[in-house]
Amino acid sequence: MLAYLRVFLTFARNSLVRDMTFRANFIVDCVASLTWVAMQLAFYLLIFEFTPSIGPVGDWGKYEFLVFLATTLMVNSLVGAFFMPNLSEFSEMIRTGHLDFALLKPIDTQFLISLTKIEWSTLSNAIFAVALLVFSLARLNSPPSAVQYMLYPVYVLCGTAIFYSLMIALSSISVWLGRNQNLYDFWFYITNFSRYPMEIYEGSIGTPLRRTFTFLIPILVVVNVPARLLAHPLQDQNWPLAGFALLATAACLLGSRMMFIRALASYRSASS
Amino acid sequence: MYARALIWWTILRICVEERLVYRGDFALGTLMRFLPFITQIFLWRAVFASRAEPTIGGYTYNEMIAYLLLTNISRAFSSMPGLSTALAALIRTGEIKKYLAQPIDLIGFYLLSRVAHKLVYYLVAAAPFALVFYLCRGFFAGWPDAVTMTAFMASLVLAFLLGYFLEATIGMVGFWFLEVSSLLFVYQLFSFFISGQMFPIDILPQGVQGFVDLLPVPYLAYFPVAVFLGKVQGADLVRGLAIEVGWVVFFMLASRFALHRGLKRYSAFGG
Repeated sequence: MLAYLRVFLTFARNSLVRDMTFRANFIVDCVASLTWVAMQLAFYLLIFEFTPSIGPVGDWGKYEFLVFLATTLMVNSLVGAFFMPNLSEFSEMIRTGHLDFALLKPIDTQFLISLTKIEWSTLSNAIFAVALLVFSLARLNSPPSAVQYMLYPVYVLCGTAIFYSLMIALSSISVWLGRNQNLYDFWFYITNFSRYPMEIYEGSIGTPLRRTFTFLIPILVVVNVPARLLAHPLQDQNWPLAGFALLATAACLLGSRMMFIRALASYRSASS
Repeated sequence: MYARALIWWTILRICVEERLVYRGDFALGTLMRFLPFITQIFLWRAVFASRAEPTIGGYTYNEMIAYLLLTNISRAFSSMPGLSTALAALIRTGEIKKYLAQPIDLIGFYLLSRVAHKLVYYLVAAAPFALVFYLCRGFFAGWPDAVTMTAFMASLVLAFLLGYFLEATIGMVGFWFLEVSSLLFVYQLFSFFISGQMFPIDILPQGVQGFVDLLPVPYLAYFPVAVFLGKVQGADLVRGLAIEVGWVVFFMLASRFALHRGLKRYSAFGG
């Protein structure tokens, strides 16, 4: 375990050294990703010019929704910084046969291919998210209690783990298919559903959609559970979903791990 | 004249065939692209449900959804994925020499290749588009009249030309900067927010809107859709089309001028 931590820290240091070698580029990357975030924020602020809340009044008002948005940004920047650059390279490793080198190393392959590179500039979004969180929490009608503050990071990590599992599962499919550019687009399009409060999915199409993305592929849990936990006072009716989120995280991590091992078993190298 | 037409026809045919190789990937990708649209429908429904007035910036809920759906059509005409970077890469790697040595006009060649790209795209994307529009037919009030329809078609063709020449001009900046990605980023940021692909620019504050109207980017997504939905009519329609033509001509000349001046300082890197 300690060895893995040391390897991870080495990866982190290497990535940072590489980023700092091209410092101007690093700053441009930070500014670029922050500007995209600012645009999103501007879009939602524009929407709140026209409406007091998204969904039923009193549920997701402006500042509650900003807490939600900050949570979305946080989870996405964690995924983007730690896993995205690595797993997007994974399907390329399969296509070119470079996965052979990863398999030969005396370390867990899933660990190695998940964390080799860290995109430090994406973490600037997480800093922005924390700032946005502090700003909007101070403006909520009912400030969160200590328990809420303690549970929030736990559920943010759960959400990140669920997204990570989904990526691992999709990458495993690329072992079987050879190449799956569309599957990565698919990842982007599917996770798009997690960007809004789950209450907006209702009606004859919305309800089945909500259930599918809560219980079958639990991406609605990713942001909704931590955001609701912090933005609204604790209510007894929220506990079942919060409990489910923990279960879902464990199931996703295990399930994707199994899929990954199965996929490696059917890997047949490529080229020479 | 005939020989020249034959050359252009051959180029177009080659480009079409090249594109058709990936048709399955294409059709699936197009259908996928509508997935985020589902969340947009739910988002706007929630927004409209929680307010007292039935319209936002003059758009009813149905019109808003129809608007967002139709922007996919105007974007299908105006978007030029990878054009600027491809042109800048030609300059950086020195591959542009190929076009200088051959009796082919670079801007014309790429225009044709994009026409081919688009033709194939419409051919393959027609089915997924038709399916989505059929499923969403409830959001539309009906077909617009012939005049509006003609203006809509014209604005789409102009949007294609504007998109092409605008991105070609950005690509030509590569003669001076070599790497255009940061410039392209600024442009994309602009067009993301004010071209109208996220929301109709009518909902922006009045002062901002008057200014945005004069820029080229709203003509890439917002304008054709506004024409279709009858939001721009009469004198405004003529004025809008005139501005669009103006921008097309401007960027047509700008890309030519940049190519001409750029070639003078071009130093032929690479092998």
